[in-house]
Amino acid sequence: MAVEHPPAAAPGDQTRIHNIGYRSYDGPRLGRSYATRSLYSQSLRGAYGLGRSIKSKVLPMLLFAVMCVPAAIMVAVAVATKAHALPVAYTRYAIIMQSVICLYVASQAPQSVSRDLRFKTVPLYFSRPIETADYVRAKYAALASAMFILTAAPLVVLYVGALLAKLDFADQTKGFAEGLVSVALLSLLFAGIGLVIASVTPRRGFGIAAVIAVLIVSYGAVSTLQAIAYNQGSTSAIPWIGLFSPVTLIDGVQSAFLGATPALPGGHGPSTGQGVVYVLLTLGLIAAAYGLLLRRYKKVGL
Amino acid sequence: MPGQLCGLTTGVVRVTIVEGVTVIATESLSKRFPRVTALDRLSVDVGPGVTGLVGANGAGKSTLIKILLGLSPASEGRAEVLGLDVATKGADIRERVGYMPEHDCLPPDVSATEFVVHMARMSGLPPTAARERTADTLRHVGLYEERYRPIGGYSTGMKQRVKLAQALVHDPQLVFLDEPTNGLDPVGRDEMLGLIRRIHTDFGISVLVTSHLLGELERTCDHVVVIDGGKLLRSSSTTDFTQTTTTLAIEVTDSDEHPDGTRAVRETLHARGVEVADGSDGLPGAGHILLLTAQGEETYDLVRDVVADLGLGLVRMEQRRHHISEVFKNEEEQRKEAVGHGS
Repeated sequence: MAVEHPPAAAPGDQTRIHNIGYRSYDGPRLGRSYATRSLYSQSLRGAYGLGRSIKSKVLPMLLFAVMCVPAAIMVAVAVATKAHALPVAYTRYAIIMQSVICLYVASQAPQSVSRDLRFKTVPLYFSRPIETADYVRAKYAALASAMFILTAAPLVVLYVGALLAKLDFADQTKGFAEGLVSVALLSLLFAGIGLVIASVTPRRGFGIAAVIAVLIVSYGAVSTLQAIAYNQGSTSAIPWIGLFSPVTLIDGVQSAFLGATPALPGGHGPSTGQGVVYVLLTLGLIAAAYGLLLRRYKKVGL
Repeated sequence: MPGQLCGLTTGVVRVTIVEGVTVIATESLSKRFPRVTALDRLSVDVGPGVTGLVGANGAGKSTLIKILLGLSPASEGRAEVLGLDVATKGADIRERVGYMPEHDCLPPDVSATEFVVHMARMSGLPPTAARERTADTLRHVGLYEERYRPIGGYSTGMKQRVKLAQALVHDPQLVFLDEPTNGLDPVGRDEMLGLIRRIHTDFGISVLVTSHLLGELERTCDHVVVIDGGKLLRSSSTTDFTQTTTTLAIEVTDSDEHPDGTRAVRETLHARGVEVADGSDGLPGAGHILLLTAQGEETYDLVRDVVADLGLGLVRMEQRRHHISEVFKNEEEQRKEAVGHGS
């Protein structure tokens, strides 16, 4: 306590800052929407560890690199061998890399919201002009954007590489666009699920474990069930089982509407009718996640 | 102070503008939860300056602040902060008001500068202004080189300063400080109280500060509001407060003429119509201490004269710090008396 008042400068130091007294602030106050945008950009930067300690940059940056390197290798191979198509379709890439994406959301969703709960920073936010809904929107948008950057960056690498390899422009552009729509949906869905789980616990460790359990374990269970159904010949059940895990849900949506080959055993993708159910369920889950977050933060308050 | 002023100083002008205006006004404000009534028809007006809000734990202090920030709707009644209705203008109020919570609220892995800049932007300050105001505010609360280090390594006193800085960074017209001296040692407590005083005198910002220690607020505040069980117990300026509640402790020497000086003083004072009690609160030597209620300046003079006339030495004459419970006790006694007289 004794060292709380270090002198502002050593005596005799000519570069001393003079105490010019308190200055009031007469400049603009940009209000609620500006504050919400500030929270968004701070959270988005935080999702990659920017503006935080070196330690917290390691994992997100590493996962980002892991996402992009295979794409770069594929492009290099395609260019070198003068292939007629990329080894992996745009829509397929995120499904292959799903464990990396799950790890990312499991690590960054708790980082984004559990910290505010744990260190009780939330009341400070709500003592400012922003409302509960602004906080939820900013946090949701920030994590979804961070995930979109993570999942879209390798697609950009693939697309640029495909154009360098002089593959068909129209074909590649269509595939690239479909891929972007798919990862946008995936980002919204995963961010929503991750944030809902993380917002329940102030403990980061629990948050990480719970998100991994929901995303990866559910995928494991669903694909096991699908494999069993396939072996027993009940192929019609396979698409319905796929509704029960986020990864197979996105896979179903893009198989039905975005020209993707389903990652299901035997290639039994959903029919158009089932595809509509997939899309509705995906959008419903995103809306439900947003609604749950709003409800959760109504209670946190001051 | 004139030595510190220079052409760049623009603060303090506002004080004169705000003077005479009500900063906070509540009108039979009530807040009921399913099981408890946190606020019960509270009507109080608070002017500019430093106002203390005193109450035991659970008296409704934090609930009142929540309502005043427009974050929790009142069950009944209305309240205005800076002339804005809390029910409809919550966001406008929060833009002009600062809030320092009672509990810890700082993330340990960022520096004070980064944190306060972020909070400044959350209050609507543009990025450049946020940086400038952060540097200024941290300097004013007494954080220098350490502001670039992560908050996790700070002492309690330094953390309290960061909490105060984030409440002041957007130059509010009013700040709510919830138990700002909690957890501080006596030196840190005094420094914090001095800082609170300066928020009004130097910065021109009105302050509502809560505490459960009345003695602490007597020194800092212009006005003290006491609530208990959600009800208003008393609202008066600090001078009124100390005049009616000051207890003097007196200790005198013995002389050959008066082998028991304490008794002699008590008897003489009693003859002059002043009630005197023994300070026998079980402490060693406490029998030599006399307690009496000071009615004003004349009581001090009377004691001085009495002791001098008896030819005794006055070892001590000091104001006893009041704990909030004493105020409650007094109020209770008065209420009982009133009832007694009524029947």
